[in-house]
Amino acid sequence: MSEFVIQAAYLAASVLFILGLKSLTRPDTARRGMQQAAIGMLLAVIGTLLNHQIVDYKWIVVGLAVGSLLGYPLGMFVPMTAMPQRIAISHMFGALAATLVGVAEYHTESAALPTARMAALGFEVLFGSLTVTGSFMAFAKLQELMRGKPITFPGQNILNLSLFAAALGGFGYLIASPGHPAVFYGMIGVALLIGVLMVLPIGGADMPVVVSLLNSYAGLASAATGFALGNTVLIICGALDGASGFLLSILMSKAMNRSFRNVLFGAFGGDKAAAGSRTAEGLVAREISVEDAALRLAYASKVIVVPGYGMAVAQSQHQVRELAELIERRGGDVKYAIHPVAGRMPGHMNVLLAEANVPYDRLYDMEEINGQFEQADVALVIGANDVVNPAARNDPGSPIYGMPILNVDQARSVIVLKRSMNPGFAGIENELFYDERTSMLFGDAKSSLTRLVTEVKAL
Amino acid sequence: MSPTFVIELYVFVLAGFVGYQVITRVPPLLHTPLMSATNAISGISLVGSLVAAGAGRGTATTILGVVAVASATINVVGGFLITDRMLRMFHRADPKAPTRPPAP
Repeated sequence: MSEFVIQAAYLAASVLFILGLKSLTRPDTARRGMQQAAIGMLLAVIGTLLNHQIVDYKWIVVGLAVGSLLGYPLGMFVPMTAMPQRIAISHMFGALAATLVGVAEYHTESAALPTARMAALGFEVLFGSLTVTGSFMAFAKLQELMRGKPITFPGQNILNLSLFAAALGGFGYLIASPGHPAVFYGMIGVALLIGVLMVLPIGGADMPVVVSLLNSYAGLASAATGFALGNTVLIICGALDGASGFLLSILMSKAMNRSFRNVLFGAFGGDKAAAGSRTAEGLVAREISVEDAALRLAYASKVIVVPGYGMAVAQSQHQVRELAELIERRGGDVKYAIHPVAGRMPGHMNVLLAEANVPYDRLYDMEEINGQFEQADVALVIGANDVVNPAARNDPGSPIYGMPILNVDQARSVIVLKRSMNPGFAGIENELFYDERTSMLFGDAKSSLTRLVTEVKAL
Repeated sequence: MSPTFVIELYVFVLAGFVGYQVITRVPPLLHTPLMSATNAISGISLVGSLVAAGAGRGTATTILGVVAVASATINVVGGFLITDRMLRMFHRADPKAPTRPPAP
């Protein structure tokens, strides 16, 4: 009887999870759908607690209490600007849970494990442990506990590949003869090391791909847990999670016109020598005063705002919204152009602007808005660089050649808010900044925007 | 290959397929909430951890299980809360359409 109740709870949970994800296809249904998914989770947990294998609830309560105490602040108090690292660290927790369950299973049964279960356990701890350290490294880079720049050393790829081969070798050995704990724990150690080494050479702007990929790995680890325990709800959730992460990493790679292999082994941007064939020598950037920029924005009838990572760093999304509202009140039309890889994770800019109370129907994806730049009086670029670099379109020698970009250079005029003339992440000069229609407004984005707001108000 | 394993494989492949189809239609606007949502859902590894923590299979297994329960619970509690917090922020400009959903 209790088995029936458990399975019914799992089935209901699976359905609610899929409906929850489906609700995310529309912003107005999303919230309710995810609340239903949370109920599904509650059902699954209650169902599991009925499991006759559970004899002692004392430690379960401790685990649940500690997890809730740590999870609540991570859910309620983490600022939206810290979202990329928040997401990265949660991949670590998910993968850690899967890995530990795998270790516990192996510890209990080791030599008696049948081949199929050993294979599932192996996948579980392999994917799990490399995701644990990989996600922690991604977290450390995003939180700036360590340098965000790619870290490379000679023989890096060969070392990674041989470690990977060693882990796979251990895995194969265990499937043939599971009763060797030393091999099992050795394999986990190697996988933990692979996670660290995998993320070391990856730079800040490539983070969207890596965070998505780790999302996918965490999902595959849970799916493998499901195979090892014979638990279908785990398999279903793992598959959903894996598919989602996989899809996002494909979308992100496409938006950068790069392959997975290139992101993982390329260490893009670490190598200054690879920078574009065209340099800025002899070119002059035109600087604009705050007063002139304010005038131009105040009398523009069509403005397209292009936010980038610089907006997130300066935390200036609220000032952006304030400026946009002023322009709208004067009869101008303001739209936002969001490049898929602007920022450090998929959808980063959208969340920040939503937090600043910008209505989501003003946020446009690249394909939707690229045709509209020609009619724009002003394109206001805030801390974005590579995603608006025309070299991606017309300089085959440039490392970002072929990457889809926002057609900012087609706007009637461009105002770029930028800290200094330093090249962006990829270390590539941006000819947009030297275009005769472009004016540069130097300084911290937040203070520049605050001054623009004051000026426009005074007009 | 045992018949159970084959059925599990079916479940995995079909669920992955459903996931792919559904998630393809999630607009880039909601990609961050999507990530935090899948994170929250991946907290389902809690169902495996609960059994490991409570089955009384010795100290080592219980300790591993309790840590796993705590980690998974962090994702469940934190994941659903933060997804809700994010989704609450998305609203339309059109005054006729409902703006912010009512506060909880």
